[in-house]
Amino acid sequence: MLAFILRRLLQSVLVMLAVALVSFGLFRYIGDPINNMVGQEATMAERDALRDSLGLNDPVPVQFLRFVANAARGEFGVSYRMARPVADVIAERLPATLELALISGVGALVIGIALGVYTALRRDGWLSNAIMGLSLVGVSLPTFLIGILLIYVFAVELKVLPAFGRGEVVDLGWWTTGLLTTSGLKSLIMPAITLGLYQLTLIMRLVRAEMLEVLRTDYIKFARARGLSNRAVHFGHALKNTLLPVITITGLQIGSIIAFAIITETVFQWPGVGLLFITAVQFVDIPVMAAYLVLIALIFVVINLIVDLLYFVVDPRLRVQRSGRGH
Amino acid sequence: MKLPRLAATLPLALGACAVLATFSTPVAAQTVRWAAAGDALTMDPHSQNEGPTHVMNHQVYDSLVFRDQDMKLAPRLATSWRITDDPSVWEFKLREGVKYHNGNPFTADDVVFSIMRAKHENSDMKGLLTSVVEVVKVDDHTVRMRTDGPNPLLPNNLTNLFIMDREWAEENKVTLPQNYKAGDETFAVRNANGTGPFRLAKREPDVRTELERNEDYWGKGTFPMEVSKVVFTPVRSAATRVAALLSGEVDFLLDPPVQDLERLSAAKGLVVRSGPENRTIFLGMQQALPELRSSDVKGKNPFADKRVREAMNIAINREAVKRVVMRGQSVPAGIVAPPFIDGYDKAMDVVPATDVARAKALLAEAGYPNGFSVTLACPNDRYVNDEAICQAVTGMFGQIGVRARLSAQPKSIHFAELPKGEYDLYMLGWGVPTMDSHYVFHYLFETKTDKGGSWNFTGYSKPRVDELISAMTREVDPGSRAGMVAEVWKTVQDDVVYLPIHHQMLNWAMKDNIDFPVQSENYPYFKLLKFKK
Repeated sequence: MLAFILRRLLQSVLVMLAVALVSFGLFRYIGDPINNMVGQEATMAERDALRDSLGLNDPVPVQFLRFVANAARGEFGVSYRMARPVADVIAERLPATLELALISGVGALVIGIALGVYTALRRDGWLSNAIMGLSLVGVSLPTFLIGILLIYVFAVELKVLPAFGRGEVVDLGWWTTGLLTTSGLKSLIMPAITLGLYQLTLIMRLVRAEMLEVLRTDYIKFARARGLSNRAVHFGHALKNTLLPVITITGLQIGSIIAFAIITETVFQWPGVGLLFITAVQFVDIPVMAAYLVLIALIFVVINLIVDLLYFVVDPRLRVQRSGRGH
Repeated sequence: MKLPRLAATLPLALGACAVLATFSTPVAAQTVRWAAAGDALTMDPHSQNEGPTHVMNHQVYDSLVFRDQDMKLAPRLATSWRITDDPSVWEFKLREGVKYHNGNPFTADDVVFSIMRAKHENSDMKGLLTSVVEVVKVDDHTVRMRTDGPNPLLPNNLTNLFIMDREWAEENKVTLPQNYKAGDETFAVRNANGTGPFRLAKREPDVRTELERNEDYWGKGTFPMEVSKVVFTPVRSAATRVAALLSGEVDFLLDPPVQDLERLSAAKGLVVRSGPENRTIFLGMQQALPELRSSDVKGKNPFADKRVREAMNIAINREAVKRVVMRGQSVPAGIVAPPFIDGYDKAMDVVPATDVARAKALLAEAGYPNGFSVTLACPNDRYVNDEAICQAVTGMFGQIGVRARLSAQPKSIHFAELPKGEYDLYMLGWGVPTMDSHYVFHYLFETKTDKGGSWNFTGYSKPRVDELISAMTREVDPGSRAGMVAEVWKTVQDDVVYLPIHHQMLNWAMKDNIDFPVQSENYPYFKLLKFKK
């Protein structure tokens, strides 16, 4: 078990180094931050001096090694755009993103499972067909379009929800939350729907397909033959066995909810790390971009590690195999 | 000199206003919530020379002088200014009885300190102060600035130069502007102590900034000061920004997208106000190299021939660009300088009539009856509809046989490549913060050297022009200086150095109960905002 974790951790470090290397390779093509940092009056000599002092004239491998060395010590440098330490800026923005990801993830999971079960059980009901039809929208429409449609309907026309921002937030010192104020909760609704809609429909369709599969198996027939109530059969036996693949998918999707919140955050001006990243790209704020990409890689790596460990816990076959081979 | 005389009469007028103000009724608490795409980069007044940063600092800090709604220099912390008997020395009389937000008095020491701070190596404002050699306090409310030779334009360079409290800066260890290399954030990045009309109440970069009216502002009575609280939220996505105005969540948009202007003016309760912007869009041509790098013509450079430049100039249908690409939001231009600067001549800004037949004839005469190919380099996120303008112009060049290949890239790439001089044909926009023709000449027409012509990527070089540009900086007599300016304009217009396209327009969208005319530098001074009764 320990060896397994250690091996995974080692792999994770390699993955993160690879991500950092690839992103550094890409930075060369994003452009030159200097023009954004100085006024149009700055002379070419001044520009060169600044570029030199930031180390941008060094070869990419040198810049990369310097970045890794600093990152290993927890130093990500100072944002070119905001003149503030990158670690501070990201720490300030992370709560907004995590809160949004959590709410939309939980919402997608709960509603997705409920709808999936319903549509599987009432396969030919008109409501099921309507839900299935609508779910195509969730899978196929791009996120930004859903966001803009929601803004148009609920903010501009009906004027019931705010078009942008996070509302009032409560500062807990180490965390800011919008969950404790009315305006914060209202602001959360549309971004959470926009961000979670794809995951919701994905989970729903997955649960429905798995459920239909399971309902055809022999042990369900046997359970019915035993005279168990519908409730016990559907939820006690069928749903339980449906959830295994759902857990896997959900784990993987949490990472992408956090990583791909970029678009939702831009549309709703949600002050999270995704918005920070997009702004950084336009400004060529290399320290922020590098730190963000490393952070996202870290999140994916950690989630994958947890999922792997969960397999270990959940699936007895894995344990048997491994211990069998080991001895 | 025109300026000092005007300035001398102003304190009188201001004094009269102040007396009147004591009898006027107090204004009610009015909040203005506004949005724009980008936030100020820092509150440190000298570390960034950038529009959105200046907008925010203009509310909290004061400069010595500023540009009013008519783009005229107006007194602010300086009540008057004049050139002394020594033509290299300017004297500024400072306003008395002014206090910073923390209660400290404003004195000449602060001006000396602030100018020196802005001249420091870390400062982004140093370029505007290169001529200043020395700043001396004469008494508590008089300072003198010595320049390296007569500089009749010095006050023009001070409109965005904010005055900080020396004591506050020393207390908080911000006597120098933020250095990018430093590992830490300085106190002045998120805190401010100015003499301005608003205090910084809350600052969350990129999220929300709140300003509260400075009830002790010296300008109470001089300016409307009707706004009691200003709340700013940056909103990046243009569609969301428009939605926020339509839904009533913000009262004022600094930068509504061009394609939504019609919709916004038609919306009930909203109004769009327009005005000319201090920025001209044009194309530059590499005319000095023996051979263009992106052309199929080898052995010679078509742009070196004035007839070719002339043909390109009359191939562009500027009215069509205005109508189709800009939806009416531009002023077609025949010159690369905005209308309100000193030395602008309406007679020079004649839009060349589009004439495809003559353009073709000129090309044939120059030896290119079948035209030639060239790459047109454009930014795609810098100016209003920049890429679309280039697409349109590419088509127009095609009509006369010039096969332009469009290469549109983000500004961070375009403006990294441009200074390397690698472009044969490129788009550039130019604003004139000093409001004087010299600024345009010095950057765009002077021969490219370490000292000048830093944005002249055309290779254009004329000794007579360089001579005049250099001479006009030292010319104190307005009449002969104007003559020099006119001669340079005439020469460069005759030489068709650039292909002007248009002057940009500014549009501000707001609730219709707000009376807020567009300021051409794109600086909303909230102290000037009035509500309709």
